[in-house]
Amino acid sequence: MRRRGGDDGGLELGTSAVAVLVVALVAAIGLELLHGSRLSIAKFGWSFWTGRDWDPVSGEFGALPFIWGTFYSSLLALLVAAPVGVGIAVFTTDVVPPRFRRPLAFLAELLAAVPSIVYGLWGIFVLVPVVRGLETVVSRTPLRKLPLFSGPPYGLGMLSAGLILALMVIPYVSSVSREVLQAVPVAQREAAYALGATRWEAIRAALHYGRTGILGAVFLGFGRAFGETMAVTMVIGNNPQLSASLFAPQYSMAAVIANEFSEATGDLYLHALTEIGLVLFVITLLVNAASRLLIWSVQRGPGRVSDGVPAPETIPPARAGEAA
Amino acid sequence: MKQPSILGPAALALLLGTFAASAQTQLNGAGATFPAPIYTKWFSEYHKLHPGIQINYQAIGSGGGIRQITERTVDFGASDGPMTAEEIAKAPGILHFPTVLGAVVPVYNIPGVTAELKFTGPVLADIYLGKIATWNDAAIQALNPGVRLPDTPIAVVHRADGSGTTYIWADYLSKVSPEWKSKVGVATSLRWPVGVGGKGNDGVAGQVRQQPGAIGYVELIYALQNKIDFGSVRNEAGVYLKASLAGVTAAAAGAARAMPKDFRVSITNAPGKESYPISSFTWLLVYEKQQDPAKGKVLTDFVRWMLKDGQKYCADLAYAPLPAQVVALEEAALAKVK
Amino acid sequence: MTPGWHLRRRKLVSAAMTGACALAVLVALVPLASILVFIVARGLSSLDWDFFTKLPKPTGEAGGGMANAIAGSAKLILLASLVAVPVGVLAGLYVAEYRGRRLASAVRFAADVLNGIPSIVVGIFAYGTVVLPMHRFSAIAGAVALAIMMVPLVARTTEEMVLLVPEMLREGGMALGATRTQVAFSLVLPAALPGILTGVLVAVARIAGETAPLLFTSFNNQFWSSRIDQPTASLTVQIYSYAISPYDDLHRQAWAGALVLVVLILAVSLLARLFTRRLERMAGR
Repeated sequence: MRRRGGDDGGLELGTSAVAVLVVALVAAIGLELLHGSRLSIAKFGWSFWTGRDWDPVSGEFGALPFIWGTFYSSLLALLVAAPVGVGIAVFTTDVVPPRFRRPLAFLAELLAAVPSIVYGLWGIFVLVPVVRGLETVVSRTPLRKLPLFSGPPYGLGMLSAGLILALMVIPYVSSVSREVLQAVPVAQREAAYALGATRWEAIRAALHYGRTGILGAVFLGFGRAFGETMAVTMVIGNNPQLSASLFAPQYSMAAVIANEFSEATGDLYLHALTEIGLVLFVITLLVNAASRLLIWSVQRGPGRVSDGVPAPETIPPARAGEAA
Repeated sequence: MKQPSILGPAALALLLGTFAASAQTQLNGAGATFPAPIYTKWFSEYHKLHPGIQINYQAIGSGGGIRQITERTVDFGASDGPMTAEEIAKAPGILHFPTVLGAVVPVYNIPGVTAELKFTGPVLADIYLGKIATWNDAAIQALNPGVRLPDTPIAVVHRADGSGTTYIWADYLSKVSPEWKSKVGVATSLRWPVGVGGKGNDGVAGQVRQQPGAIGYVELIYALQNKIDFGSVRNEAGVYLKASLAGVTAAAAGAARAMPKDFRVSITNAPGKESYPISSFTWLLVYEKQQDPAKGKVLTDFVRWMLKDGQKYCADLAYAPLPAQVVALEEAALAKVK
Repeated sequence: MTPGWHLRRRKLVSAAMTGACALAVLVALVPLASILVFIVARGLSSLDWDFFTKLPKPTGEAGGGMANAIAGSAKLILLASLVAVPVGVLAGLYVAEYRGRRLASAVRFAADVLNGIPSIVVGIFAYGTVVLPMHRFSAIAGAVALAIMMVPLVARTTEEMVLLVPEMLREGGMALGATRTQVAFSLVLPAALPGILTGVLVAVARIAGETAPLLFTSFNNQFWSSRIDQPTASLTVQIYSYAISPYDDLHRQAWAGALVLVVLILAVSLLARLFTRRLERMAGR
């Protein structure tokens, strides 16, 4: 039987139902988290976020050490990953001969293909011993008096976590920065050279031109570092404490969920953990939204050719919780 | 018309592993890592005897065992810290069945030290409170005259998950150190004053092995299998004892004579010259009323086997078998499980 | 200060900064090389036939393999794809076909959010909505968690690929009297299929490495798990539990597992890349 052409409404009906489902899923996740943390929200309110004690024995739960650990490790990661990532982007767009560009960029992006669990494995057996050696050396010098380097050299701790996160974030920063740099109009760079600029000055001008986009890339990296779970859990040392020291074993929000969620014995304990999950959800949402806004604003900028073939790159958009 | 290809569904079935023909009964259990070596041994042996029965045991920590049996997401739990009254209230009808006894030992990794170290409860407590921070601290040195202890900082390793081993450790430290009792207390998860957290007995043993200067606490078998040094601990009678089957059995003797009906008993710091002070029973957590009677039957059959034939695997894995009185009591209690 | 000095200084800065960029590449490549070398060296030397055919041994006994974990991972990925691909494709199709609608932008936003949620949080969700009601850890729960992570990726690619399908194709179909539904499913989707497939592969590569959402959903199993409503082993969770264990033999197997995992992921990614290349060539023609 052949129907008359035109819109029979079937397509819309069918696909919109699924579309609604996807939207509902997000709401469901939010609600489930909210529901799962109600006891903790009711009991602690905002003090949950400023409490320093995580004491399952007495039923006191404060999330500050985890928030601290998450922010500290993410910022540390960005401190390394931002310059390195942008450096890679610059090197592979402006410095090396064209035929090396793609392979080099590909290699850097290979870092994104390594699953988090493998980073963790490598972290335990390769990175942590190296970091421990480094820490042992530092802790023999007067530097140990600085709060940044205080405490025994465990190897496991903030420094290892930050470094491993940096590695995981680098490909995100570099690939987005590369895109941004490539989007800078050729004329812009040529103009710089024409004015007698050195290579670096031309690059700097390009970087300046694409600064919002690069900032967005760094944001994306932050979003990814923030929710990262396995690799961090395996090297951060899992001790909730507020310490400025790079050497100190600390804890992150995602890691405490991974370690304690299926084993929290009291209801309040479980709800406290779920509340950490809820906040992770809310924060990554905000970070992702903000970075998207930034990238979007630069894509709207002059000279951007954004409507080419959106080839699915090896790197999908940043997932904050790339926990793997 | 083309015949539907059989290859697709066949491949799918294979991938999904729907070997329906084998009619497996699967029980799921989770909990303590302390007895995991003997549990996985038992379940593997039991599967050989009864190929139709698979008992999947995941060592996620005693806290996890308690939590998951309370949620009824597993068919049995396992813990080496007995459930608290509050926890039992949330899992009405839960029964504790002791399976074996084990010892928690202080393991350490001090490069250059080959002598076996001696510890006392208070010294261990002070190390874990962060009050003793280097290996050559006077308190440790006093217990170990003649051992050249380095000035290496002590890297304290503890559990990151809810753990019965932690419970036993903390239970012991609370009995010998008032400060530990007031500052930290006893539970499967604690607020640790110092140290790094490892997941499971596995994780702690792994980190101690990796970390020069580390101290940790694990079940005896983890130290033996991985050849990690562990020290002797002074018992209640003032004798320094290295963990052993005999020491654990001696510690259990008193408890075996006066076993409470629900089997929840602590035998840390037990009196007697031969008693190893950080010993404990470890328990299976089973509901009295089984939701699926068929599974309940499989489970009780297994427990009966474990109480008799299973005990012979203890010695190889350095666990102490259950005293005969306890086995008898358990068999009586097992009749209640339906 | 002469102008010449000034220029020299500028050139020096330029060279230094260029050098710094090269250093950045090195900073990334050295760890990468180290990771790959360790995986390959340790992994290869630990790979044997047992690894692919045997079950794990009881704790502390040497030997055994990860056969059930490899099968378990395949099972989880397959199940997740079975759910996520239809949902993702239909949602993506909706967004592409009804771009202006408010629901379309809501879906796009939802996909972004789903894509950004830490996977451990997805695990909490699956635990609450699948494990607790079922009263059992199961492959289904793990697959649901993985599917949630796949949907946004598939939806996004589908949207992009459907948008690339020339309008003429649609118009031609409509002119022949086909309904919009028929056009979408018999013309547009087939035309976009290679691209969508690439997206699916990328998504598979992505979830194949996930551990966190499986910890308390599909859990683990030391046996073959014969049913999807039972806990199942997976490569990643197994690597995790072996990595943190103290046993040398398990460390060995963890490296072997890592090698297998990375090779699988790279193979899938390469496949996706090949598809993309072909796609680009086709588009360029």
